[in-house]
Amino acid sequence: MNKTWWKILASVLVVYTAVAGLLLEVPHLAILNETIRNLYFHVPMWFAMIVLFSISVFYSVRSLLSQDRNDDIRAVESVNTGIIFGLLGLLTGAVWAKYTWGQFWSFDPKQNFAAISILLYFAYSVLRNAIDEEQKRAKISAIYNIFAFPMMVVLLFVLPRLQDSLHPGNGGNPGFNSYDLDSNMRLVFYPACLGWILIGYWVYTIRFRIRLLENKQNSIR
Amino acid sequence: MQLLHQVKYLIRKELLLEWRSKYAINGVLLYVVSTIFTCYLSFISLNDKLAWNALFWIIMLFASINGVSKSFLQETKGRQLYSYILASPSAILISKTVYNVLLMLVLTTIALGFYLLVFDTFSPPDLLMYYVAVILGSISFSTVFTMVSAIASKAGNGGMLMAILSFPVIIPVLILLIRLAKNAVDGLPWENSWDDIGMVLVVNVLVVSVSLLLFPYLWRD
Repeated sequence: MNKTWWKILASVLVVYTAVAGLLLEVPHLAILNETIRNLYFHVPMWFAMIVLFSISVFYSVRSLLSQDRNDDIRAVESVNTGIIFGLLGLLTGAVWAKYTWGQFWSFDPKQNFAAISILLYFAYSVLRNAIDEEQKRAKISAIYNIFAFPMMVVLLFVLPRLQDSLHPGNGGNPGFNSYDLDSNMRLVFYPACLGWILIGYWVYTIRFRIRLLENKQNSIR
Repeated sequence: MQLLHQVKYLIRKELLLEWRSKYAINGVLLYVVSTIFTCYLSFISLNDKLAWNALFWIIMLFASINGVSKSFLQETKGRQLYSYILASPSAILISKTVYNVLLMLVLTTIALGFYLLVFDTFSPPDLLMYYVAVILGSISFSTVFTMVSAIASKAGNGGMLMAILSFPVIIPVLILLIRLAKNAVDGLPWENSWDDIGMVLVVNVLVVSVSLLLFPYLWRD
């Protein structure tokens, strides 16, 4: 039980946010209208992605220090899961942008930088595929992962602050916290973030265990 | 003190090797000049200053990838081994970076001069600020590409991997540089650009410190 409680919590939270996010009262605003509910589904993807990429950097550092094969697999699987969440974040954002900004891709700085930071991790996967030898691959890809992480932080957290963005909370657009004075949205938003982060972590652990089993099978044969 | 001595000696070695063959500087110079000339022939009717600015940075980006990538990719395995025995890894990385900065400074200065000569419609009103942007550009291209070329050379197949790995990492810096250069083209006062200059310097410090931390792990085979 002490190993499954957080999985149950994650499922309950995500189901709760899916239901409550679509049914609960939200502020009625011009242009945004009901699309404001996308906050519950779009933003948590980014939180989950950033948490997963941070996990991967942590294990990359560990794999450099320990030379342990499992740390390397943990790093690459959390990157893979993080990429999925990043793509989902781009997708939910693009669909939302179609109905509020008029286009799927509006040349918004945050959109562009998020796409570039996902490119960074695609480059990481390509780098891994380019090296055959296992230990060398673990070492070099860990180094690139650690090298790329500060750049991703600059891309996602620093550069968008320097430019105007169409996103709520940037460039004169009021942020969601100023719309939601009675904190009704927070009741759904915070559980959504926590739930999706936990789901992301869960997916990552499953992928890690599948990889371990695959490796075991391959080594027996 | 030991480190400083080694760095000085290694930089002298790089410069001496370059002076003897003059391969890098002449090769990349010819590359830049012919690219600028090709652009001149193809875009002669283009009258937009900002487009010329973007074109200049694209040319610089590709020239510096070609120029800097050879720093590690070109070294033979035996020579690498030899210098690794003699010097500490930090000294090797610092000397390569400094050498690349010098190379790129010479190169970008000549390229900017040629660019101004060929495109007489393109002369930024604040040439000093433009030159500062160019200097910052050569420094940041060198710091980033030196480390990436070390990673790519260790991974085996050099050229293509170098481009894939370096583009996502350099884009944040490139965005800042293009903005700074655009300020110079628009003739904005210097107060508007201090933020960008500071940000480029911060990113450079970040890149150099991460590279110094990671390089010792990279070269040890």
